[in-house]
Amino acid sequence: MPDTAPPSPVAVAPVLITLQLNGEPTSVAVPPHWTLLELLRYGLGLTGTKQGCDKGDCGTCTVRIDGEPQLACLTLALEVRDRHVETVEGLGVGGEPHPLQEAFARVGAAQCGFCTPGMLMSASAYVDNLTLQDDPVVRREDIAAALAGNLCRCTGYTKILQAVEEVAQVVLDRQREIEESTAEEP
Amino acid sequence: MLRLPPFALHQPTTVAEAIAHLAAHAPDVRVISGGTDLLPNMKLAQTRIQHLVSVKFLEELHGVTRTATHLRIGAATSLQDLADDEDVRETLPALAFAASRIGSPQIRKMGTLGGNISLDTRCRYINQTELWREALGGCLKSHGTECHVVPGGQGCVASLSADTVPPLIAYGAIAEMVSDKGIRRAPVQDLFQQDGTWHVRIAREELLLAVEIPLPEPTTRVVYRKWAVRQSIDFPLVSVAVRLDGADGVLTGGSIVVSALGPRPRVLSLNAMAGRKIDEELAQALGQLVYDRARPLPNIPYDAEYRRERMVIEVRRAVRVLAGLPERPLAQQA
Repeated sequence: MPDTAPPSPVAVAPVLITLQLNGEPTSVAVPPHWTLLELLRYGLGLTGTKQGCDKGDCGTCTVRIDGEPQLACLTLALEVRDRHVETVEGLGVGGEPHPLQEAFARVGAAQCGFCTPGMLMSASAYVDNLTLQDDPVVRREDIAAALAGNLCRCTGYTKILQAVEEVAQVVLDRQREIEESTAEEP
Repeated sequence: MLRLPPFALHQPTTVAEAIAHLAAHAPDVRVISGGTDLLPNMKLAQTRIQHLVSVKFLEELHGVTRTATHLRIGAATSLQDLADDEDVRETLPALAFAASRIGSPQIRKMGTLGGNISLDTRCRYINQTELWREALGGCLKSHGTECHVVPGGQGCVASLSADTVPPLIAYGAIAEMVSDKGIRRAPVQDLFQQDGTWHVRIAREELLLAVEIPLPEPTTRVVYRKWAVRQSIDFPLVSVAVRLDGADGVLTGGSIVVSALGPRPRVLSLNAMAGRKIDEELAQALGQLVYDRARPLPNIPYDAEYRRERMVIEVRRAVRVLAGLPERPLAQQA
């Protein structure tokens, strides 16, 4: 049936929730109709996560929820209670940039930079899930598939793919070194 | 910037509690699972409601279980989990493939099977901001009396865009709903009505629990094909599931499900064609069959006549895949 009745007001008092935000337990009161994106940007002042289309097309609001890249603009804040949320602010450690951030800067993977936080969050999930056992080879098409939900209107993607590829190669090389060094032990 | 209007969010931890919330607030209530369709629709004021009931914390709605005869897929199973599930990939490959082609990696992690089945219809007029729509006046789906995509149209013909629905129908899936009046089971095919304002006949009081699909015989094979411009994010501009039953290259029955037409998929039985060989000639014949009996409308982007031709191409290619023939014979000759 069509939705014809104009809405009458409902009680929407803020609700107190706790979540793990970039590794820190965070308690915050949030209205039920706020998205996670609104909570991050306007409730907590974490403006690294960008607001783009606001309806799930562009991917620039991508954050990691329990490790998985998801869209903050289509996630209700109350639905992430007790879960781990990582934003671009939590990517580097101790003020040092994450290897992906270094690679993006070195290669020139950011032009206007608006898609970059979302790209980094999708790319970090891809890189974190790489294992020699699953697949010892880095492929551009796998990276493209992992970033398929993040639109970039400037770069043409080539340098983004290149930056992620370089980091992925380092990750697998390091795993290979560890494997070889442990194999040598008696 | 698109903001959600205020609403109350109920987050039950048991199905009984969820049903009670639905019964208390129907019809001014929706189930929210991944939210990837409902929340944009609410932001665009296409859906206006006061209460949402979340299924995020209902354990029994998550996951795939296999019995000797059926696969049971919980309604809140994510589309990515569905696409990756070993049992689904082995027994219902067309469904796993369809799930893998929905939206983007983020959308597939968030979106669920139940949400995809319940996906609202889409059209060039309705999927715009309220301000944009008001410039033209309301339509049959939004407080008006006139259809802006099919001039003179008497009923809403917004398009069904759910990728999982054609393979679910081809595999003979049964949906299981529960409400305060008890459990109801219905073939997925029968859920859909030719009314774009409310095309999935799951009552507002009802909670979709799961979908059960009989394990297909080895002689039954289904191929799903989706045509969209981009490899990711896009909804289908036309989609087909072709089911052919038969051993040794001879057809014993089957069906073709065509979607992204109007609010309801078109299901064509192939049982009258039993006895024919599964070959290029059948690919051509079934292409002609869908051309004659299914008609894309000017409701979503891309010229309807072009989408009609494209639908024929996709059906032919599906049959060729099932016949073990090259998918694009002309391209391979060139």
